[in-house]
Amino acid sequence: MSAEPAIQMEDLEVVYRVRGVDRPVLRGLSITIAKGESYGLVGESGCGKTTAAFTIMRYLPRNGRVVSGSIRADGADLLTMSEAEVRRLRASTISMVYQNPGAALNPAIRVGDQIAEVFRLRGHDRSESLDRAQEMLRKVQISDPAGGMRRYPHQLSGGGQQRVVIAMALASDPTLLILDEPTTGLDATVESEVLDLVAALREEFGTSVLFISHNLAVIRKMCERVGVLYAGRLVEEGEAETVFTEPRHPYTVGLLRCIPRGGLRKDRDRLDTIPGYLPQLGADLTGCVFADRCGLVQEICRTDEPPLHPLGNGHSSRCHFHDKAAEVPYTASSIPEPGTAPANGDGLVRLEHASKTFSHEGSTVRALVDVDLSIAAGETLGLVGESGCGKTTLARVLLGLTAPDDGSTVELDGRRLAARVVKRDREQVRALQTVFQNPDSALNRRFSVRRIIGRALEKLVGLHGKRREERLKEIASSVRFDERLLSARPVQLSGGLKQRVAIGRAFAGEPRVVVCDEPTSALDVSVQAAILNLLADLQAKEGVTYLFISHDLGVVRYLADRIAVLYLGRLMEVGPAEAVFNPPHHPYTEALLSAVPTLEGEERPRIRLQGEIPSAADPPSGCVFHTRCPRYLGAICEEQEPPLAEVERGHYIRCHIPVDELRRIQAEPPPPRTSARRVEDDELTHGLTGS
Amino acid sequence: MGRFLLKRLGLAAITLFLLSVIVFFGTQVLPGNVGRRILGPFADQAAVDNLNERLGTDRGLLTQYWDWLTGLFTGDFGTSLAQNVPVTELIGNALVNSLKLAAFAFVLVVPLAIVGGVVAALKRDRLTDRVITIGGLSLSVVPEFVSGIILILVFGLWLDVLPVSARAPTGASILTQLEYLLLPALTLVILLFGYIARITRAGTIESLDADYTRTAVLKGLPRRTVLKRHVLRNSLLPTIAVVATQTGYLIGGLVVVETLFNYPGMGRLIVTAATQKDMPLLEAAVLVVGTIFLIAMLFADLLYSLLNPRIRYSGAE
Amino acid sequence: MTTIEDPAAPIQIPVRDEATIARGERLRLLVRSPGFILGAILVGFWVVCALFGAMIAPQDPQADDILNKLVAPSGDHLFGTDRLGRDVFSRVLVGAREILITAPLATLLGTVIGTAIGLVTGYYRGLVDDITMRIVDAMLAVPVIIIAFLAIVARGASRLTIILVIGFVFSMIIAKTVRAAVLSERELDYVQAARLRNERSPYIMFAEILPNVMGPVVVEFTVRLGYAIFTIATLAFLGFGADPSIPDWGRDIEQHYAFINGGIWWAVLFPSLAIATLIVGINLIADAIAQTFER
Repeated sequence: MSAEPAIQMEDLEVVYRVRGVDRPVLRGLSITIAKGESYGLVGESGCGKTTAAFTIMRYLPRNGRVVSGSIRADGADLLTMSEAEVRRLRASTISMVYQNPGAALNPAIRVGDQIAEVFRLRGHDRSESLDRAQEMLRKVQISDPAGGMRRYPHQLSGGGQQRVVIAMALASDPTLLILDEPTTGLDATVESEVLDLVAALREEFGTSVLFISHNLAVIRKMCERVGVLYAGRLVEEGEAETVFTEPRHPYTVGLLRCIPRGGLRKDRDRLDTIPGYLPQLGADLTGCVFADRCGLVQEICRTDEPPLHPLGNGHSSRCHFHDKAAEVPYTASSIPEPGTAPANGDGLVRLEHASKTFSHEGSTVRALVDVDLSIAAGETLGLVGESGCGKTTLARVLLGLTAPDDGSTVELDGRRLAARVVKRDREQVRALQTVFQNPDSALNRRFSVRRIIGRALEKLVGLHGKRREERLKEIASSVRFDERLLSARPVQLSGGLKQRVAIGRAFAGEPRVVVCDEPTSALDVSVQAAILNLLADLQAKEGVTYLFISHDLGVVRYLADRIAVLYLGRLMEVGPAEAVFNPPHHPYTEALLSAVPTLEGEERPRIRLQGEIPSAADPPSGCVFHTRCPRYLGAICEEQEPPLAEVERGHYIRCHIPVDELRRIQAEPPPPRTSARRVEDDELTHGLTGS
Repeated sequence: MGRFLLKRLGLAAITLFLLSVIVFFGTQVLPGNVGRRILGPFADQAAVDNLNERLGTDRGLLTQYWDWLTGLFTGDFGTSLAQNVPVTELIGNALVNSLKLAAFAFVLVVPLAIVGGVVAALKRDRLTDRVITIGGLSLSVVPEFVSGIILILVFGLWLDVLPVSARAPTGASILTQLEYLLLPALTLVILLFGYIARITRAGTIESLDADYTRTAVLKGLPRRTVLKRHVLRNSLLPTIAVVATQTGYLIGGLVVVETLFNYPGMGRLIVTAATQKDMPLLEAAVLVVGTIFLIAMLFADLLYSLLNPRIRYSGAE
Repeated sequence: MTTIEDPAAPIQIPVRDEATIARGERLRLLVRSPGFILGAILVGFWVVCALFGAMIAPQDPQADDILNKLVAPSGDHLFGTDRLGRDVFSRVLVGAREILITAPLATLLGTVIGTAIGLVTGYYRGLVDDITMRIVDAMLAVPVIIIAFLAIVARGASRLTIILVIGFVFSMIIAKTVRAAVLSERELDYVQAARLRNERSPYIMFAEILPNVMGPVVVEFTVRLGYAIFTIATLAFLGFGADPSIPDWGRDIEQHYAFINGGIWWAVLFPSLAIATLIVGINLIADAIAQTFER
């Protein structure tokens, strides 16, 4: 192993020129990554992590430039390279993989040709390049590499596309591989596949990795060392395990406290939050970049930029008071408000035989199949599942935005709800509201906040004039939205503020049920915590019922009382949160849970699902999960769909395996499946047929 | 793909049908009494009735429409009122002439505009870009007769390098014919350049800004390869669609240009028919023109779907 | 230790953030952009002519003087005289009036109707949309010019006919643009949120969606205005202009272009330049406006 590091950034200062002013984006960034090492760069929006990646690739936009500092890769100075040398660098030394693989591939060129291009660049002839490209496809575990070569990108799934991008990046056998949010947007099970692949390939190729993400759990899983970036400054650096278990910078401490982890429950704790706002990219900051939001702030913090204090063992922190970092006070709202009586009684919301079939150009897609659900008053039902599982369709059916198939029943408080919202009466419309995922799309950009919430008050509650204004201010205060901002338009507000407006609008009519459709997915971690706290507080205060949809299991676990798991439109499991999260549970739930990386970094048994999520237009026979099920039983799974059976009080599972058997086998990880359709596991069938 | 084609053809057929209805009723209904319109307000009522009977315009509208429509399918487009020859003869000649001029103009403008658009995109927001974009657009909004006249004045009168009329003497060689067609063709080029260049520019910019171009650059590919292999393939797709819609403007432009240059094409035919109130000729000519446009659109649609892999090979695995 | 305020309370209130500052700057950039200024000057000049032409013109534009027909530009007649001996310069100045009344009216009509059609078809989709769009496509298969003079043949040439027919055809074109904008807006969640309040469809279309598509509408209006002038002038050139007693650039060109062969260029050049400068001026303004919306 050569002593030369794979990459060495020293005191990098990068600015963007905006409207004639130079805005600092990276401040004195110094990172060294050794050969074969995996380094994680963590931070929220606007911290400059993507800029760091592009600076290394010498791909800054026209208005960006490096003011001072140096970058050396494999000994060579990157910043003084010529155009031709930079191209050579990209073709052989450093590669990059980033978010949204579908867009990263040229839609008009076959996948195989795009990979082969890399080899052609290195001097191989046409047929050899194609052979090597196919070999790369095999290495990234694309089933049927020969066929894959001839596909166009849009014919692959998200996971498949990302594998192709990774294949292209590693084809040049680079010294450094930069990954910028490579799995954001991918389903949990697909994400874990891709991450495992990256880890395996890293072993095989010996590449160094710079892994950039806002997701601390993923970084923990993939990286040996980690650097925390805030406002363009590295505020803490060290070995991943150390930084995440013994953080020594108030920001890192705050960040870790924001994340809902196993064990935290809304009725016992509130998530901690970091006060203030994330600085915009290129903001002007003097002294310590974190001073404005720091709980330990003193005079010196505002005047003197703290140096990077070495703490031994490669761990360092840029804080004057790093030894007191763990003592950052909790923010005031971390004490939960006294709650009203928890959920009891019959279902406030009931869905019976809810189905929805879409027909499109000849093929029929069964988005929802015979779903029976009930949500009690005051409780939170978490709805989880991956793309195509039908959770959004379920929400739309409940809300009346999509009419379900005949034979479906949707009830609120014992009364049947009309299929379409236009046919429902005012009381019902008031009672059932929603918070959308994307606050940019959910608020009319031309309206002021006052008008957005005011209109809801007018229409749903019938308030006008002075009374409307009073109630408006009440709502603003209950969602902690500053009154002075009521005349603002959404474009002037941050993501968190916009989401508060959306929540305020939803609660304007004092609803009984609020459907939260991924309300925090588009927000940064620290902002997410504040919004989750708000939702929990509102529930405690108003006794409102939530249908909470999310792909983030950590968030769901924090907020939900009960959880329902959907797969291809069918309900696979439903029950109390803790019961669902622990064995015995449905094999799909089991796999889902094992796919999600955690901060604790415990070595949970990894269950790998084979293959991709089947298309909803052509679902597998029998139990729809059988093609990927790690606990595949036998022919029965292929032939018969299992019924949703109550295995414990209030806990239902749709699986042929009896619950006791499940309890037993889920104590250990399953033996690996060799193919999609497995030959019976002797032990399992023996256990069944023997009795 | 096959289903897609069928759907497109079906839609085009419906549109064509609607067009025939609109053309027919537009020309027959609007004027009210056809015979009166043709002979004028001072003519004898008996003569008017006579004419109406002869033309068949005294029958019910639907009957007239049906006769006309069935006539079209058998190739009988009626007889010209003004010239007393079968309409098909007149249209046939005019169509050929117009197609010659149109083709010449197209051959000149499409490559020029595409190159202009790509260059403008590559030099985005710089002087070259502003000149091409604004210059092109300004030129294309100037009415054809204005730019035609200015071209005539400059090249025909003052510099005296090109002939002012568009019709070459009979029996002239191809080259001479082209020389005579040059000024009218240039007028059409000025008309069409701006918009096509602009769409090409927009498509190229979108392609340049796309993630996949970034990937190509980050792979270490040289700039020329990125441009040729990655950018242009995607950026020219919208241009194809637009070039087809421009046939509409082209035909409209032909009307004016042929009048100005005294060229016996479809455009001038329509104007003459309209001024002379020659209904059968007018209806047939307008229908032919509309049909050509729809065919061009259909063709562009097909070409687009053939070249766009997303449509050609639909769906994910 | 100082108590930390509630995390929602802003440390500093973003009174005017980047976006608002940008918008104000954009407007300033607009009025200072060379394209806009040039366009404004050109259009402004012709508007002044339209308003005060009769007063500024040195001679009576309708006064015949056969003895002095087709005289080249000179001191007396800056732009020469036409075939009836009338002063071309005066005719050019006064000719602005008619076209600057008809064109904006026609465009306004087309924009209002077209926006309404676009909103309705884009929002409701379904059968209404399919049928309307087929009809629109059929109508647009025939070039605007042809439709226009067909209508004039049928109904006679009058200012009203011209306004109606151009307005009608333009409404089809604008409807397509507005419809496209509406199609993408209706997918946004705020429309769903409105449906969840049981807002009635007209409210959603006009109060929620329309403000968001005003940008494209304004741009379309300015662009179409240029084309309206284009069409009206072309109609006059083809012999389908209105009211022969009013000085009209297009008709003047029509009556004099045969004389080019004889070397009489002034009677066609100056009206041509008038048309060209007016239209180019409007288009420069339209382009500048479109640029600001793009940023």
